[in-house]
Amino acid sequence: MIVPAWNEREALPGVLAELATALPHADVLVVNDGSTDGTADVARASGTAMVLDLPLNLGVGGAMRAGYRFAAREGYDAAVQVDADGQHDPADVARVVASLDELGADVVIGARFAGVGAYTVRGPRRWAMQVLSGVLSRIAGTRLTDTTSGFRASNRRAIRLFADEYPAEYLGDTVESLVIACRSGLTVRQVGVEMRARSAGVPSHNPAKAALFLGRAMLALLIALSRPLGQAPAGVHR
Amino acid sequence: MSGYWFAVGACVALVLFLVVLLRTRRLREKYAITWIVVGIGMCVFGAFPGAVAGLARLVGVQTPSNLLFAMASIVLLLVCIQLSTEITTLEEETRTLTEEVALLRFDVERLAAGRGVPSGPGAQPPPPVVPLELPGDLPADADPRP
Repeated sequence: MIVPAWNEREALPGVLAELATALPHADVLVVNDGSTDGTADVARASGTAMVLDLPLNLGVGGAMRAGYRFAAREGYDAAVQVDADGQHDPADVARVVASLDELGADVVIGARFAGVGAYTVRGPRRWAMQVLSGVLSRIAGTRLTDTTSGFRASNRRAIRLFADEYPAEYLGDTVESLVIACRSGLTVRQVGVEMRARSAGVPSHNPAKAALFLGRAMLALLIALSRPLGQAPAGVHR
Repeated sequence: MSGYWFAVGACVALVLFLVVLLRTRRLREKYAITWIVVGIGMCVFGAFPGAVAGLARLVGVQTPSNLLFAMASIVLLLVCIQLSTEITTLEEETRTLTEEVALLRFDVERLAAGRGVPSGPGAQPPPPVVPLELPGDLPADADPRP
């Protein structure tokens, strides 16, 4: 279990407690992404989680790559990432992991809008997400309804890939990393999951913001699709 | 005529300043080369304004000063792009180092908590801590990355 956390002092203890109850045999790794509010101390105090303490804020993508590097080095067979704000139900984790084998997939997305759960988004943001999902569905060769989900299970192959290539850019942690997975020949599938209301913050319904979101997502998508494969980012020498 | 000597003096001062920065290691050679070439070019044009006029006629620019402005913009643009790529490289390096530091800190904490920190040349390294989900087909300390 990889939980990227940036200033999640309030929500994290509850999430960790739930994870420990629902999945007593899983190792939980909290990647503290340079938090300034003592998130790492809260995670350590829980006693059920390992803590990877990044000294700088790298963004979700950066925290996730650190998490996958950890998983790759320790030789885990499967890794699951969930958000630290408690919007993913730990009860779904076992099902998502099981479907890695059942669906013969390398990456399984825990998706909203897939028939399970009552989570809805309305208006322009919904259209933007639908366009994005449509394009990514074609790339993945399967129906994906929630490409920006932070709930995802990966097998050993995918862990290796994500340990090397997990973009830190805007939407890189969700959209672009999926494109990288598909283009590297991994199989991506999705499973519907229940999504709970976020404990803090309201999703935006502003049309301008939705348009900006779609524009940036499309740009990220186009660049991800045109990028040469297997090329290390500048400054990384493997 | 005083404008002429002012321009020549400014160009020479610029080149000297770059050399001083280079000598005190406050500017790396790969960035200094661009600026020294630009500075020497400015010195030449400052000393021989006729050269600009000749060059402008050659490439078909009517006003010689416009040719200078255009060249200056292009040089600045290229330098900006170069700096952006350098920053990207630096960010990626920072990111990798940050990950590495976090992973190392984790290892250190695990060692210190689990076995006590081994010290001295005869100290045995502690056995790797095997994660719960690991069935044992890979040693925990193996680096599986290519």
